[in-house]
Amino acid sequence: MNTAQYKTWDEFTEGIWRQNPVFVMVLGMCPVLAVSVSAVNALSMGLATMFVLVCSCGLVSLLRRMVPKEVRIAVYIVIIATFVTAVDYAIQAISLALYDALGAFIQLIVVNCIILGRAEAHASKNPPLPAMLNAAGMGIGFAVGLFALGAVREILGAGTLFGITLFGASFQPWVIMVLPPGGFFVLGAWLLFFAWLERRKLRRAAPTTEAGQHV
Amino acid sequence: MSDQPSSDKKVIPIAVAAGEAAVPESPTGAMIRTLGLVSAICGLIIVGAYQGTYDAVAANKRIATERAVFKVLPKAKSIEEFVAQAGGGIARVGAGDTAIAAGAVKFFAAYDDAGKLAGIAAEGVGKGYADNVRIMFGYQPDCQCVVGIGVVAMRETPGIGDKIITDREFLANFTALDVKLKADLSALANEVKVVKRGSKTDPWQIDAIAGATITSRAVGKAINDSAQALLPRLVPKLDTLATKS
Repeated sequence: MNTAQYKTWDEFTEGIWRQNPVFVMVLGMCPVLAVSVSAVNALSMGLATMFVLVCSCGLVSLLRRMVPKEVRIAVYIVIIATFVTAVDYAIQAISLALYDALGAFIQLIVVNCIILGRAEAHASKNPPLPAMLNAAGMGIGFAVGLFALGAVREILGAGTLFGITLFGASFQPWVIMVLPPGGFFVLGAWLLFFAWLERRKLRRAAPTTEAGQHV
Repeated sequence: MSDQPSSDKKVIPIAVAAGEAAVPESPTGAMIRTLGLVSAICGLIIVGAYQGTYDAVAANKRIATERAVFKVLPKAKSIEEFVAQAGGGIARVGAGDTAIAAGAVKFFAAYDDAGKLAGIAAEGVGKGYADNVRIMFGYQPDCQCVVGIGVVAMRETPGIGDKIITDREFLANFTALDVKLKADLSALANEVKVVKRGSKTDPWQIDAIAGATITSRAVGKAINDSAQALLPRLVPKLDTLATKS
């Protein structure tokens, strides 16, 4: 029971850190680069993707025993498209300005490889609870990744965060950061940072194991 | 010969089954049943989401339109939606109607506190640098001029093309942009034209923003096209709109 609990928890945190879809797997880059011009857009897109991910993985997992393997991709896509449509209506109901800002990228969640990948690789083989937890972890990881880009780009490119001005009037916005090249710059900087973290972890781990072997 | 394929079919599955353990083909009925069931569940979810959000979405759209109109016609307090039909004549658009007949032009009549006509607002579209630039402009019947513009949707370059909503000198073009009709009311007396920055001489010309000429031209074209289509039909009927119905 204890190990089972631990395993479930592990499945949840996997997507947030060890297998982060944005920074480790580098999946779904299209919305990541296009939508992360501001913190609000990035966070909304992340939450919308997370909702679709959790709901579709839950339903796929519930139906996993009765889906013949020949038609499984068709079934997954229909399920994903359904929840994307629901999110599409929900965002229109919450704010039209946000809907316009996110543009076609809400509908394009359907073809986001993270979601189909989760449905195929995890949800179709696991019971609903672990499947949804794993999906929630991946969704949070994706939202965090998007937010990390969106916040940096908004701060540098517009001098604001969540629309609140951070610097005085003398701040000259770094406009390139809200243009497409800025997305690549910021993503590159984040990937560099995570690669450096990984390297440092390995360097620290290496000497201790060697010492252990000698003794 | 005709026997050959059928006997092949019988042999191959057995060989595969023996080799790769049991991965039997699913019966067609099961596939159809599953797809049918999944589609039914998904249909229910979509209809539920549509019904559940319909009112909120409609209210949001109305508020967004009202805001856009109030921005270009500051005195306005309420709006009513009309269409100018292709054959002349104008008709009111009810709350539920969304379909518009071909050739008809949609516009909004804005009324002030007292229920008197405060101006007409209409949308226009012009091809910008990145995508279509959709604008809303306010028309004042007294001076037969455009008195304000606002952007409904655009994807112009931040910091360059999107100056059309912030650049004061550019917006000053739209305090009294002349869109008078010819004497026979068939078309505009002078086409709205975008000219190079600083060379505006006539009230129907628009001074472009330096460095954002394409976006400036899109605004000019949007106003010109929309005014050419709408005003010849609208002006003869203005009396019917004078007070709120």
